[in-house]
Amino acid sequence: MPLLEVKNLQVHFPIRGGILGRTVGHTKAVDGISFQIEPGQTVGLVGESGSGKSTTGKAILGLVRLCGGRILFDGEDITGYIGRNRSPYRRGVQMIFQDVYSSLNPRKRVLDVIAEPIRNFERMTKAEELRRVHELLEVVGLSADSALKYPHEFSGGQRQRIGVARAIALRPKLIVADEPVSALDLSVQAQVLNYMKDIQRELGLAYLFISHDLGVVRHMCERLLIMHRARFVETGTREEIYNNPMHIYTRRLIAAIPDMNPAAREANEARRKSLEREYNDQFSKFYDADGSVYDLARINDDHSVAIPG
Amino acid sequence: MSEKLLEIRNMRTSFRAGGQYFAAVDNVSVDIYKNETLAVVGESGSGKSSMALSVTRLHNPAYTRVEGSILYQGKNLTSLPEAELNKVRGGHIGMIFQDPQSALNPLVKVGLQIEESLVYHTDMSRAERRNHALDLLRGVGMPRPELTYGQFPHELSGGMRQRAMIASALSCSPALVIADEPTTALDVTIQAQILDLMRSLQAATQTSILLITHDLGVVAEMADRVAVMYAGQLVELASCSEIFNNPLHPYTRSLLSSIPSLENSSERLHVIRGIVPSLKDLPRTGCRFSRRIPWMPPDSHQDEPELREAAPGHYVMCSCYETFELFQEMNTPCRC
Ligand SMILES: Nc1ncnc2c1ncn2[C@@H]1O[C@H](COP(=O)(O)OP(=O)(O)O)[C@@H](O)[C@H]1O
Ligand SMILES: Nc1ncnc2c1ncn2[C@@H]1O[C@H](COP(=O)(O)OP(=O)(O)O)[C@@H](O)[C@H]1O
Ligand SMILES: [Mg+2]
Ligand SMILES: [Mg+2]
Repeated sequence: MPLLEVKNLQVHFPIRGGILGRTVGHTKAVDGISFQIEPGQTVGLVGESGSGKSTTGKAILGLVRLCGGRILFDGEDITGYIGRNRSPYRRGVQMIFQDVYSSLNPRKRVLDVIAEPIRNFERMTKAEELRRVHELLEVVGLSADSALKYPHEFSGGQRQRIGVARAIALRPKLIVADEPVSALDLSVQAQVLNYMKDIQRELGLAYLFISHDLGVVRHMCERLLIMHRARFVETGTREEIYNNPMHIYTRRLIAAIPDMNPAAREANEARRKSLEREYNDQFSKFYDADGSVYDLARINDDHSVAIPG
Repeated sequence: MSEKLLEIRNMRTSFRAGGQYFAAVDNVSVDIYKNETLAVVGESGSGKSSMALSVTRLHNPAYTRVEGSILYQGKNLTSLPEAELNKVRGGHIGMIFQDPQSALNPLVKVGLQIEESLVYHTDMSRAERRNHALDLLRGVGMPRPELTYGQFPHELSGGMRQRAMIASALSCSPALVIADEPTTALDVTIQAQILDLMRSLQAATQTSILLITHDLGVVAEMADRVAVMYAGQLVELASCSEIFNNPLHPYTRSLLSSIPSLENSSERLHVIRGIVPSLKDLPRTGCRFSRRIPWMPPDSHQDEPELREAAPGHYVMCSCYETFELFQEMNTPCRC
């Protein structure tokens, strides 16, 4: 049984206008996406800014109102749990944000930051709580005395690890990680990614890993969801997506990744130019008359593409 | 190689903090040749932007000191009077920043902003300026130059704003463009378009580019030569292919193996120990990278390291690169 099942998810935000602030239309941030995450699996959600990635993550956490679709966790329909903080579901799913610093209260010590979710769900003595926080700090490679410091006393990578420690405090089964390393320097990013993998192995976690960096995603994820204009243009295993991308959007995205081989420069630019021509010439093959993404069609067990069948 | 355009000699840029000056750029010397792209790469805080801003003296002199010499067409920019320096800024040297918001005036239409430096630096008539601005907008790939000309910056998308800033930086056909993280805020597909654009403009105009970036992928796509910066110093300087195929300095080698690139599919990424020191904590003597590679014996470092030519055109700081092994670190897990 899949750990998470998202069926035909839709999130539309009202656009308000005029002096009365009446709703004059809707931004379709997520418009009919379906996917599953198996226990222990890492699924990557990739796309350019504005494609609807964060909204998808927030919908799974119950942080935005759905206007259609269902979400099942461990087989249980949790669509109606939205907003109810202490539900068992909220215990099983946690989130890591891109900018942990802004999500950490600067006046709270690391101890309180990490213990907050524990206090919401469990009754523990102060001593038990401290022991648990020390364990969590050790898991993410921070010293025990960090517990009594404040967030500003840490570097970016260390703060990100505090965010990871907080997210795993309740031993969740799924973590939605929204651009968790995008703001970090290379060496620090490497450190956080390594820890995320270690913790996954130790705790049997599943990740929905949201990123715009295809190098990072390929390193972390077994399955990929490529999002564009609020929908999926292509989904499949890492190998299928990188070795045999079929949607023009996916192919453009992959061709745009800077290549670490300076000798391939001209060839890469030529490839991008020809894809750009193809994108302009064959737009109608990949998008309907309104410019919307088609429904996914199955290519094989490991690969689906949004082209008309 | 061709003629030198800019010679930076012993640049030292220091910021005042509590009555004391701390050097963020510490004795950097490097040349930029005509029509080349020199990339300066390093993690945040290494001093890249400080170096770039020092070239055109854009720092606040109240708490910034720039020493050394920066020779441009026989003139030393560090001692040039402000009025003359203004002719160089925008006229001979164009600037592109990460955030077009900070460089574009939100209250002035895009076309008129591009014309502003033409008013200052050229004797073009109003009609000539308008035509030139439209040419530039077309040149940077704006689909509808006439429309964009009359728009305000906020009416453009991020990628379009970046193009507008490039058009503005190129308006006086500068000999040198300084681009500080020009694509860092953009999506990869837009980044690829902007980089392709910069390359083709360079081919057409023979401009030199000083490209500041933390992204080694961008370096591989753009640079002719690469200067790797760590803690205010250049630790390696070589051709782009040398940096990627035969990196020497421990910092360069460590950085390259920490990238989760499409090519590097190893299960664990390399992690450099410790953190980039803050300005006040910079080690000012000996090998500045030694603290990050503590397993290297002290005598592997030089007491007074300097850039040495290890192979023709390939310069590297300190002797520790000769015995440095990356995988020693791999076997000693780090709890920091
Ligand atoms: N709270 C909100 N109210 C209105 N519009 C929103 C809100 N959150 C996101 N959007 C819009 O929904 C779209 C998708 O946004 P988002 O999910 O943040 O994309 P991504 O994370 O892929 O960059 C964008 O057009 C964005 O402006
Ligand atoms: N205006 C300034 N005042 C004081 N310190 C500064 C200033 N600008 C940069 N620094 C410091 O100088 C060092 C180098 O910064 P910077 O040149 O911005 O690095 P980079 O561009 O490589 O990220 C950092 O330690 C930074 O905090
Ligand atoms: Mg987002
Ligand atoms: Mg900078």
